[in-house]
Amino acid sequence: MTTGVDARLNGRGWNCAVDGATCKVSLTGDWVARTDGVDPQAASRILSSGAKALSFDSGGLGHWDSALIAFLVALRAAATDGGVRFEDAGLPAPARHLMGLMASTSTTEAATAGVSRAAPLVERLGLWTLARGAELNQGSALIGNLVLRGGLAVRGKAAMRGRDLVEAMYDAGIAALPIVAVVNVLVGGILAFIGATELRTLGAGIYVANLVALGMVREMAALMTAIIMAGRTGGAYAATIAAMQGGEEIDAVRVFGIPVFDYLVLPKILALTAMMPVLYLYGSAVGILGGLLVGAATLGVSPVSFFIQARGALSDSQLFFGLSKSFAFGALIAIFGCQFGLRAGRGAADVGKAATSAVVAAIVGVIALDALFDVCADILRI
Amino acid sequence: MDPSPQRALSPALSVDKLTVAFGEKVIQQDVSFTVAAGSIFAVMGGSGSGKSTLLQAMIGLLPPTAGTIRVGEEDYWAASDDRRAQIDRGFGVLFQSGAMWTAMTVTENVALPLRMLTALNGPAIKTLAGVKLSLVGLAGSGDLMPAALSGGMTKRAGLARALALDPAILFLDEPSSGLDPMTARRLDDLILDLREGFGVTIVLVSHDLPSLFDVCDDGVFLDGETHTVIAHGAPKSLRDECTHPTVRAFMHRERAPADADAPTARARRPS
Repeated sequence: MTTGVDARLNGRGWNCAVDGATCKVSLTGDWVARTDGVDPQAASRILSSGAKALSFDSGGLGHWDSALIAFLVALRAAATDGGVRFEDAGLPAPARHLMGLMASTSTTEAATAGVSRAAPLVERLGLWTLARGAELNQGSALIGNLVLRGGLAVRGKAAMRGRDLVEAMYDAGIAALPIVAVVNVLVGGILAFIGATELRTLGAGIYVANLVALGMVREMAALMTAIIMAGRTGGAYAATIAAMQGGEEIDAVRVFGIPVFDYLVLPKILALTAMMPVLYLYGSAVGILGGLLVGAATLGVSPVSFFIQARGALSDSQLFFGLSKSFAFGALIAIFGCQFGLRAGRGAADVGKAATSAVVAAIVGVIALDALFDVCADILRI
Repeated sequence: MDPSPQRALSPALSVDKLTVAFGEKVIQQDVSFTVAAGSIFAVMGGSGSGKSTLLQAMIGLLPPTAGTIRVGEEDYWAASDDRRAQIDRGFGVLFQSGAMWTAMTVTENVALPLRMLTALNGPAIKTLAGVKLSLVGLAGSGDLMPAALSGGMTKRAGLARALALDPAILFLDEPSSGLDPMTARRLDDLILDLREGFGVTIVLVSHDLPSLFDVCDDGVFLDGETHTVIAHGAPKSLRDECTHPTVRAFMHRERAPADADAPTARARRPS
């Protein structure tokens, strides 16, 4: 031990000798952040020597990177807090240069500064309520706009391009026919299977046609088509509009003075609302066909008997009931899709969130609305 | 003492007879240059000259159709995928748009490479992320989301992320584009400071003349017409000494030689 040295401390890459009021920190070896990391206790250990000044010797220092800077900055911050003089003359000039770039805040503070204090529960509840209120307000404004601008659109006075409407109708209608057909054929077949199992035992197999026709026209075609369209088209509306938000495309529309609602939202809502009843009729027809296939295969029901029985089971009011539901479902899905897209943030993740929220809200909304329709139908004895 | 491991490499990067293309369309061909370790090397050229495409080949995003890129002594594109991934960890890239991961805070952006590619614990990662953010002047902004950053802050945050793994070579794609002159100047100073501090080698792709003159030691000039390098040298030297008409026009903000002869070019001159 050198004469006059009161104490020695060491850690990975450093050792220090305390001589009276001065602690001389000798830096040694390599300091590589990605393999060595940083020692959070090093600064407090060095300062525990009680020295009033820190000096450095970097003669034994090898290669270094931000690991050394992190160590030195933490030591400097701790020394400043403890009233210990930090003499950096013995440090490598590039290290001094980098430390000069950094604010006097500690690196942990740098990483965490700006983290807001958790608000009290009541405050958070209030903020949540206000946010939901704002969403409700936006939703109401959208519906109001739809009523006002939709009326103008019908009279050809909205700032909506006919081409956009036609494209949206194609996308929400013709392009959706295959998936609507597949799902409804299967649902019709499933209804027929369920009916066949019970009706066969009663010797009333022909009534499977009644079950399939009523089930599809009154309930399943509208509901299943709506669920498909919520995932397929409602989600796409939300994602498209949210991506346009992120790319400032909507801002570009707005600064030209073009009404965003007319240009972007109205064609989508009108298209889906108009096409859903068409898809419903198509879904009902293919669903009944699916039921016929299963009925013919499992019960030996002839196509003619099946159709006569099915026609007898249906009334105009039931068809009107199904059409009304599909119309409402179409509007609801489109409104949710556009609404969630318009209120999305500007990041890539916000596009996914908007699409997910739109699909979930639309499916839940469709089922809830369907239940409401059924209650009304029961009261009206449809 | 040796300030950092990066300076041990010399040259840091060399490109030899490189051709980059998209399908049949050749973007640049027969490109050769050497980037000395610890230098700031400029890849210059007008819009559409293939600067960013060449950069893509250098950072592993676009395989060249011919030629070699050597990192240190190693042929980058001849290496196995695993080896190339290891080499990539010695690269830091600042993309033109910043390319921040928008679902994460700024600190999380900087910390992610350390989380994914090192065995460091949480506090160490947080500390190192804080160091990088402090170095670029974003101490206190770590909790912000990228959408809340200004253009200059986004560039600096992207730079902090590029520095996350203490790279040996830093690639900067148009770092000053979209920034006002003062912010661009501050970023230039920061680039010089990082080279001075860490000794990192920097490849800077830019057509921003003040930045090129201020920070670069050497460079190449890519021509979009001939699809190859038409001049080598430091930007200031090219400005003062190069006689190639395209380079001269670029460096002195004059009309391109072809435009200068066109009568319509004079007609567009503001009165």
